[in-house]
Amino acid sequence: MSAFGHYSYWITVLLMVAGLYIVIARGNLIKKLVGLSIFQTSVYLLYIAPGKLIGGTAPIIADGFRLYTNPLPHVLILTAIVVGVATLALGLAIAVRIREAYGSIEEDEILAADRDSEGGA
Amino acid sequence: MTLAHLPALVVVVPLLAAPLVVLVRRAAAAWAIATAACAFSFAAAILLSAEVAAHGPMSYHLGNWPPPWGIEYRVDALSAFVLVLVSGIGTASALYAWRSAAAELSRDQLYLYYVMHCLCVAGLLGMTVTGDAFNLFVFMEIASLSSYVLIALGRDRRALLAAYQYLILGTIGATFYVIGVGLLYLATGTLNIADLAERLPQTASTRAVLAALAFITVGVSLKLALFPLHFWLPNAYAYAPSAVTALLAATATKVSVYVLLRFYFGVFGLRLVTETLPMAEILLVLSLIAIVTASLVALWQENLKRLFAYSSVAQIGYITLGVSMASPDGLTAAVVHLFNHGITKGALFLLLGGVALRAGGATMGSVQGLGRRMPLTSLAIVIAGLSLIGVPGTAGFVSKWYLVLGAIEAGRWWLAGFVVATSLIAVAYVWRFVEAAYLSEPGPATPGRGEAPAAMLAPALALAAACVFFGLQTSWTVGSARRAAELLLGGVP
Repeated sequence: MSAFGHYSYWITVLLMVAGLYIVIARGNLIKKLVGLSIFQTSVYLLYIAPGKLIGGTAPIIADGFRLYTNPLPHVLILTAIVVGVATLALGLAIAVRIREAYGSIEEDEILAADRDSEGGA
Repeated sequence: MTLAHLPALVVVVPLLAAPLVVLVRRAAAAWAIATAACAFSFAAAILLSAEVAAHGPMSYHLGNWPPPWGIEYRVDALSAFVLVLVSGIGTASALYAWRSAAAELSRDQLYLYYVMHCLCVAGLLGMTVTGDAFNLFVFMEIASLSSYVLIALGRDRRALLAAYQYLILGTIGATFYVIGVGLLYLATGTLNIADLAERLPQTASTRAVLAALAFITVGVSLKLALFPLHFWLPNAYAYAPSAVTALLAATATKVSVYVLLRFYFGVFGLRLVTETLPMAEILLVLSLIAIVTASLVALWQENLKRLFAYSSVAQIGYITLGVSMASPDGLTAAVVHLFNHGITKGALFLLLGGVALRAGGATMGSVQGLGRRMPLTSLAIVIAGLSLIGVPGTAGFVSKWYLVLGAIEAGRWWLAGFVVATSLIAVAYVWRFVEAAYLSEPGPATPGRGEAPAAMLAPALALAAACVFFGLQTSWTVGSARRAAELLLGGVP
């Protein structure tokens, strides 16, 4: 098996690391959420790709169907996608509220605003 | 008949209460439904705990699908114990919210608060009772998403930023967990926790299993706020509404510790965790740093909610210290401290909520001379503080006692000395409160004479009384923790 035989794993790892990097390196609240989404998406791929057998069919018990693809990972990831969408929606909603309260979605500006109000109080 | 369905009902009732509350919308009815649902779970948890103690572990097959294929709910000595803590604190916090949430939130938000309360409790109970690793992830996200909303409801605008930061870190933690579970699934082809434990030793891909162990450790450690992954915690606890702080501080991190215990001892097994990788040593070092640094940071806090939030990070260090010993006494200490610290911190944050309501904030300035203005509240804070230190006669002493026993049993006298010495830092930060409340004259920020409303004071005093009760009457807590430790270490349940 060559290093690129399972190239989907390389894509998964790339997305995972890129997503995590965006979350850590970016100060913009929306960009952070984008990174978080990419990070979560890589996990969908981690589950789904190994569930596929080349030439495999849906698990049907009948003549002529010999090679089955496991449907469970797909079902699991359907749930995980719902969770991911809910997380993103909530994250964006909180970002909107932060923008209303601070007038900014840049993390350093928000932290500076908090320091100023603490110093003034 | 009904008893056999309790493992499912304990989760399903608060879960179904949530949409019901959305439908009724009226604040009083919403409160009544949420409190009744939590109280039902509390009663069910006590029944389950008695049943498990008498007849051994219970297994419930959802939809009648047998375990390796269907989702199994499993109640044993450990999960029954955690169920009682979570549902008990959930009920106390719901009762408390009647006055507290009404004072801190706008009227049209109130019913949504109770929806999130029900979902959070249902998620935490589900994490505890489920025997399926992926189902655990779903419940973890139910609990987490609702707790982000609950924190964002705080009045201070900094609550929003705290909720956002917790959302980012919490989601990273949960995703790390689900990556670990995915690797385990790839290696074994099963998601059932008991089935995983059986199949793991036979699997050939050890490296995938070790990677899974690493991912699950980091993911769950983020959730339980193990040093140095605790940065989301102090702000989240400090700016959340009072009832929410008490609920989360007493339950959310504790359930994550439970997940860690389940995976370390129930799935990977002692050999893999302590011999193949130096997990015990890593956990030991991080716990020691957490205890010292978080306690020292707590010393310098002016905001009392922040002070006790940092103290939570330190106390979680004591729990993971017990886990790292991986011995009967060490695990007993971890499990019993999980419960004792839960009720202690629950009591403290509920009491501070009363102070915050009357003074407009719980800072060192607003508790000056509090002993004369709110005598009952001050006394109860001191009692809970003594339990935090681990003074004999309080619940905190029991857990520290087993921690010291575990250290001595392992021949680590220095560790026993460390546990006692670091308790002195807790003495120092509790003393700061005593000094302000009893030895200072009331200042301009101190509230006038009078206690918090009875609906807030009663659940808080009940938890403070529990700190003393479980310090004197230890047979149920220590007995349950002992059985749980034996279960985890593979002895007779």
